[in-house]
Amino acid sequence: MADAPNIPDEAEVRARWGAFAWTPENAEQAKVVIARYPAGRQRSAVMPLLDLAQRQVGAETNTQGWLPIPVIEYVAAQLDMPYIRAYEVATFYTMYNLAPVGRYHVQVCGTTPCMLRGSDDVMAACKNRGMVKGKTTPDGLFTLTEVECMGNCTNAPMVQINDDNYEDLDYDSMTRILDDLAAGNQPKTGTQNPKRHTSDPEGGPTTLTEMVSANHDYRKEW
Amino acid sequence: MPKVTVDGIELDVPQGATVLQACEMAGKEIPRFCYHERLSIAGNCRMCLVEVSPGPPKPQASCALPASDGQIIRTDSPMVKKAREGVMEFLLINHPLDCPICDQGGECDLQDQAVAYGRGGSRFHENKRAVTEKYMGPIVKTIMTRCIQCTRCVRFAEEVAGVEDIGALYRGENMQITSYLERAVASELSGNVVDLCPVGALTSKPYAFEARPWELTKTLGIDMSDAVGTNVRIDSRGRQVLRVLPRVNDDVNEEWASDKTRHHVDGLIRRRLDRPYVRKDGQLVEASWAEAFEAIRAANAGASVAAIAGDMADCETMFAAKALVTALGGHLFEGRQTGLAYDVTSLSAVNFNTTIAEAENADVVLLVGTNLRWEAPLINTRVRKAVYKKGAKVFGIGPEIDLTYKVEWLGNDASLVAKLPKAALDALKGAERPMLIFGGGALSVPGVHGAGLALARSVNAVRDDWNGFNVVHFSAARMGALMLGYSQPGGINDVIAAKPKLAFFLGADDVDFAAFDGTLKVYVGHHGDKGAHAADVILPAAAWTEKDFTTVNTEGRVQRSDKAVFAPGDAREDWSIFRALADALGVSVGFDSFDECRAAMIAAVPELGIEGLVDYGWPKDFNDLPKLPARPEARKIPSPIKDFYLTNAICRASPTMQRCSDELLHGVDFAEAAE
Repeated sequence: MADAPNIPDEAEVRARWGAFAWTPENAEQAKVVIARYPAGRQRSAVMPLLDLAQRQVGAETNTQGWLPIPVIEYVAAQLDMPYIRAYEVATFYTMYNLAPVGRYHVQVCGTTPCMLRGSDDVMAACKNRGMVKGKTTPDGLFTLTEVECMGNCTNAPMVQINDDNYEDLDYDSMTRILDDLAAGNQPKTGTQNPKRHTSDPEGGPTTLTEMVSANHDYRKEW
Repeated sequence: MPKVTVDGIELDVPQGATVLQACEMAGKEIPRFCYHERLSIAGNCRMCLVEVSPGPPKPQASCALPASDGQIIRTDSPMVKKAREGVMEFLLINHPLDCPICDQGGECDLQDQAVAYGRGGSRFHENKRAVTEKYMGPIVKTIMTRCIQCTRCVRFAEEVAGVEDIGALYRGENMQITSYLERAVASELSGNVVDLCPVGALTSKPYAFEARPWELTKTLGIDMSDAVGTNVRIDSRGRQVLRVLPRVNDDVNEEWASDKTRHHVDGLIRRRLDRPYVRKDGQLVEASWAEAFEAIRAANAGASVAAIAGDMADCETMFAAKALVTALGGHLFEGRQTGLAYDVTSLSAVNFNTTIAEAENADVVLLVGTNLRWEAPLINTRVRKAVYKKGAKVFGIGPEIDLTYKVEWLGNDASLVAKLPKAALDALKGAERPMLIFGGGALSVPGVHGAGLALARSVNAVRDDWNGFNVVHFSAARMGALMLGYSQPGGINDVIAAKPKLAFFLGADDVDFAAFDGTLKVYVGHHGDKGAHAADVILPAAAWTEKDFTTVNTEGRVQRSDKAVFAPGDAREDWSIFRALADALGVSVGFDSFDECRAAMIAAVPELGIEGLVDYGWPKDFNDLPKLPARPEARKIPSPIKDFYLTNAICRASPTMQRCSDELLHGVDFAEAAE
């Protein structure tokens, strides 16, 4: 598998993360998550707990975090489920990182709508900053991943960086965002098109215009 | 009873049946990969598509669709044909065309179904995906590029074996089946995934590149490596047994076999005794049959003769030996070679009375001194089924071990049988179908047997329609030996105390031979193991694959096995050895052929003549059971099995079993780099 994650050496990972345990706040949070599910069904909490664990690893390493094998086992043991079942979940979802990532995990959408709206330029902006797909930059700042549709097609092209979406991008706006992040500033999230607020049409609605002010029954006009 | 129509055939199907089962009942073959009768339904291969109306106007996966009243099912329409061709084409997109070098070739579901339902050519011109091999242990060889992700192996490991070590990682095209971190799958049933795999992704490591299925002679047999009596098919080529596969028998092994059953057979061509030996000046030297018989005759034992049966002795062998010893005037017979001496005046009190198939219906189980996983792996799967399908509760007395289901351990103390904690006692008393299982280790502690019978009485474990008192034996010969009278009241110590001048050891390797110091020890067996080392005369005999025989499993089921190959060298079938020896010693055993031997055995013990369960006659009244001491002393219960993979002479000669033992039980690291 050419693009399979480069899972780090098990012995090293165990030496570093073998003693993983929740921080007191996360231990509380884990209890809250588990309590959402009926007794005996606690393994339903595996996804939020893996996410929590990934964030804790991120906090400890000042990155976006990843899931070392001993951490997955720690979560599985807490939920009384076989390790392989938790590992299956961790490998299935792309939101769980199986290898270390940088402080900013740049996930560029390359699916058709974004591609048609210029995701190649967005990708070029990333590459011009020295980012390589699937790799972390030497300064540990950025990890670049190309992902499939993230459901923001009305604001294509888009990237997800950490927990925020940046939409309606082009080469310049993407470069600016990356510059801001590198400098330690928080860029504006959401759409980068000054004429839009969210996913509303640029320049006002062109269809269903009657609906802007009040609910309008179009049915008799069909 | 929904009424459905399959290709114009109207039929009633049972409530809860699937469309696939309905089609099968109508005699239609439905191709499938992921669906398996004994596993949960996954519905992910899509090969079983059929046309069903009423319903959406598209093909439906029949394995996951319940049959309902008034359904009209078509398995022969153009839509179905096209759907199958399409699914097959997709399945073959990433499947390598390496059938000529694939061990599954000739018995491959994908190969067969591609011929029957495929479209004959591929339109796919891109690169195929490749997947790295995964390490799954000493039994299972993987070529994961061939995998079609049916997940049968994952479901087997989870549902039947109870070892959740196999899973599907990643997703979509990148999905891969693997064991956790590519460690060996630590299950005594792992070999079954090889049979389940519909393609050549999981194949048998010891059997790799040995033979093609069409070269093999198939013989129906009964496995002798444990007392379950697994029904097997012995695949042989020429004079060599190449592999053993389970046969379907829902009463015994369903369609599974333990790894020991499957893979101990490569020991059959190693360390064999292929000529007689006689001890001269402390050294075993090769001899002719005549010289060996002369050495036995020269002992002039008179009536001071004994016969000790080993764990793999079959009924005909034991009967022939008994006939000879009796003809000589001897009366010492024992089959419990390690020194067990439980009471056998009622065979129903040492039998697996619930029967193996019924064990899965128990609702409260008490295990006493038994590692079921090692002593009878396929009874363990039944108990596991009771736990997971029927919600049974299991209590255990003995060392805490992982039996793949939750056991409430009461402690490792034999005296607990007589004074169960209240929770366990109440659960058993309140149970509809309580089941008590006593292992061979439990019976070795004086008083446990009696206390067990008393417990069965107090919790009402034996009712009109349910007998919950069970003894699980680990030796395939045991029930047959007891039926043939191979039991002394004091066990083997009676034989030792009688100081026989001549003793026959029928493949008995685990005897304390030092105790037979003044005895001429004649080892009649097939492997140069402990028994042969201690023997004064060795008569080479046939292993279980090399003779017809009758055997009785731990539930008292009489089964017959056929001869697959000939014994090597000068070795002979056991009955003929005793027949010839009778001539040399100037007595008559009363039979001249195997058939006569079997007929004489059946005349002596009629139950052995009828295949199936023997009724040992559990008495109507508990008072008719033997009165046994029922106060076990407070001590730990020993385990009769030290090493699951090395329990008999054939296993100990088998490189596969030795490696399983080293790797799975003793932690020696054999993991190979991926090819």
